[in-house]
Amino acid sequence: MTPTTAQQARVKTLKINGRDVSASGDQTILEVARENGIEIPTLCHLSGLTPVGACRLCLVEVKGVNKLLPACVTRVHENMEVFTDSERLRKYRRMVLEFLFTERNHICAVCVSNGHCELQSLAQQQGMTHVRVPYLYQKLHVDASHPRFKVDHNRCVLCTRCVRVCDEIEGAHTWDVFHRGIKARVITDLNQPWGTSETCTGCGKCVHVCPTGALTEKGVSVAEMAKRRQFLPYLTMMREERG
Amino acid sequence: MARTITIDPVTRIEGHAKITIQLNDEGMVEDARFHVTQYRGFEKLCEGRPFSEMPSLMARTCGICPVSHLLASSKACDALLAVRVPRTGQLLRRVLNLGQIVQSHALSFFHLSSPDFLLGMDAPPEKRNLFALVETHPTIARDGIALRKFGQQVIERLAGKRIHPAWCVPGGVSDPLDAESRDAILAEIPHAMAIATRTLEWYQKTFRQFAEEIATFANFPSLFMGLVDEDGNLEFTDGKVRVVDSAGNIIADQLDIADYQDFIGEAVEPYSYLKSPYYKPLGYPDGIYRVGPLARLNIADRCNTPRADEAWAEFRELDRRVVLSSFHYHYARLIEIIACLEQMEKILRDPDILDTHVRAHAEPNAFEGVGVSEAPRGMLIHHYRIDRNGLITWANLIIATGHNNLAMNRGVLQAAKHFVRGEKIEEGMLNRVEAVIRCYDPCLSCSTHAIGQMPLEVELMGPRGEILDRVRRD
Repeated sequence: MTPTTAQQARVKTLKINGRDVSASGDQTILEVARENGIEIPTLCHLSGLTPVGACRLCLVEVKGVNKLLPACVTRVHENMEVFTDSERLRKYRRMVLEFLFTERNHICAVCVSNGHCELQSLAQQQGMTHVRVPYLYQKLHVDASHPRFKVDHNRCVLCTRCVRVCDEIEGAHTWDVFHRGIKARVITDLNQPWGTSETCTGCGKCVHVCPTGALTEKGVSVAEMAKRRQFLPYLTMMREERG
Repeated sequence: MARTITIDPVTRIEGHAKITIQLNDEGMVEDARFHVTQYRGFEKLCEGRPFSEMPSLMARTCGICPVSHLLASSKACDALLAVRVPRTGQLLRRVLNLGQIVQSHALSFFHLSSPDFLLGMDAPPEKRNLFALVETHPTIARDGIALRKFGQQVIERLAGKRIHPAWCVPGGVSDPLDAESRDAILAEIPHAMAIATRTLEWYQKTFRQFAEEIATFANFPSLFMGLVDEDGNLEFTDGKVRVVDSAGNIIADQLDIADYQDFIGEAVEPYSYLKSPYYKPLGYPDGIYRVGPLARLNIADRCNTPRADEAWAEFRELDRRVVLSSFHYHYARLIEIIACLEQMEKILRDPDILDTHVRAHAEPNAFEGVGVSEAPRGMLIHHYRIDRNGLITWANLIIATGHNNLAMNRGVLQAAKHFVRGEKIEEGMLNRVEAVIRCYDPCLSCSTHAIGQMPLEVELMGPRGEILDRVRRD
């Protein structure tokens, strides 16, 4: 056994919200919190996919660290003291959501994912009653060139779940992120219409892991696009078992 | 000295508008115009959106009659899919529309217009509104609220919610009806019918006291346009277009709405955001026509339900051939409520109504589709074009209030000529000019696809355009 694995395997004890909890050394704060029934909001994170810490909704406070840390990618250490809920955190989480809502068009009322959207649910849970910054009103296009699916960039929050599921689970790596900052977009293959992609297998995993109405099936009407994600933990487990 | 009177804002209608009345050198009314001063641009903002979002997206045009837009839009999408909606899906859509017409007519008649009938056209505005009505005529006010509630509950029971339901979709409806909801609606129909019947009886006894208004409220020859079924019966949801002239002659019948551009032209006037549609064969502006309750009762051969037919026969006796005064839109609304309730009961007793096959699925099979429904205020047309991927490239909406635009303008002029005297705007005169507009129950939010409250401004203008008097209500 190498020293690293030995260290990882060692049980660590820490406090979350004042509660004593134990964890194995390679676990993240988010994993430990969820195992212990402590809720931390997440958007880009999806169990079964590699965490990327993109959305910043899972930020937590750690005693002795001035900055806020993303729970999904921060590993636990001995005697760590974590706080998952405070006025400061609630303020930051609401602000993150407000920025997401203003950057693109998330008018829920006329969205196919209305009532089945993680962004919408998070806004409700976090008590986001209004938006304090101006909307950008970007006019982004809808790519409906695929025979079964469409991507509406207006509804995309760049969580990259589609990129990760396509790469890690399906193995096709059709999706990727193009450009930077405000200009960033998810793209298929070499930034070409989805319908012309040579790598896309049409499996639809990206559609079902997408938290919003950005990736949807064609032909669905408003509020009809409910996503099914049960397949993901099962597929991940099967991949791991086959090693 | 010539002057212009402006009524701005026009109250108790849906939307934003202004009326200007132009006086000549003798101080007599020379011209009058109804300006719709709001703009929204729904036809533009839907470009690039997937067609399957259109019913709900377009329904956001209006919170009073979202159902009408849902229906017309879904039907336009049916045409894009080129599918036949299952029979039960069609029947359920019809019930939804009937519920919508009942609630909207109840709103128009009781909440918006009855203060004029019951409290007097000359009463000051603060004493001529729904709240005053609750104090002076509590039974009628209660009836109005109950009837509107009934219509709204029909919508909720079918579609899940009262305002902006998403239940009506391309190809049919998303969920079938359950027996419990059907029975609940059926159980409430007798009460709604009792309200509708006693209101009609009361109105039939009282409306004649408004002889002057009847004679001058947009009482002029025009064409009438609307949908009838294949036998010429009153039709609200499906059917084809019939056009009747002021002598009662059918000048066009069973026109397919897909060809609407062959018989409807849309003129644009610089003074209003609301377009002026006209009947193409007669040209602009001679092709003036009216749509809505009055038009529907004028073009149909019968209502095809017993109680409504009885009332309809009496209604048609009002004039020699067709009923010309727009004041009778109110009367027509009451008859239509009865027709809707009777039709609703008939459909809900259909043995297939609980069938679960309510939606046809397909990919788009046509690049262009037109849908039509009879909204409470008249014929509503949605016309879409899509690209190969099903994204909207172009849309055109013709809303009932748009169809009536030329007629509203002519009505305002007629009423102004009769009631406006001198250089000051008096309340009774103002209200009568405004009440002409209200006969049509216009929905300006829909018709310009526009946003806003409905304040009214009236301007009285001299021959050289100088403003002599201005009245504004917010």
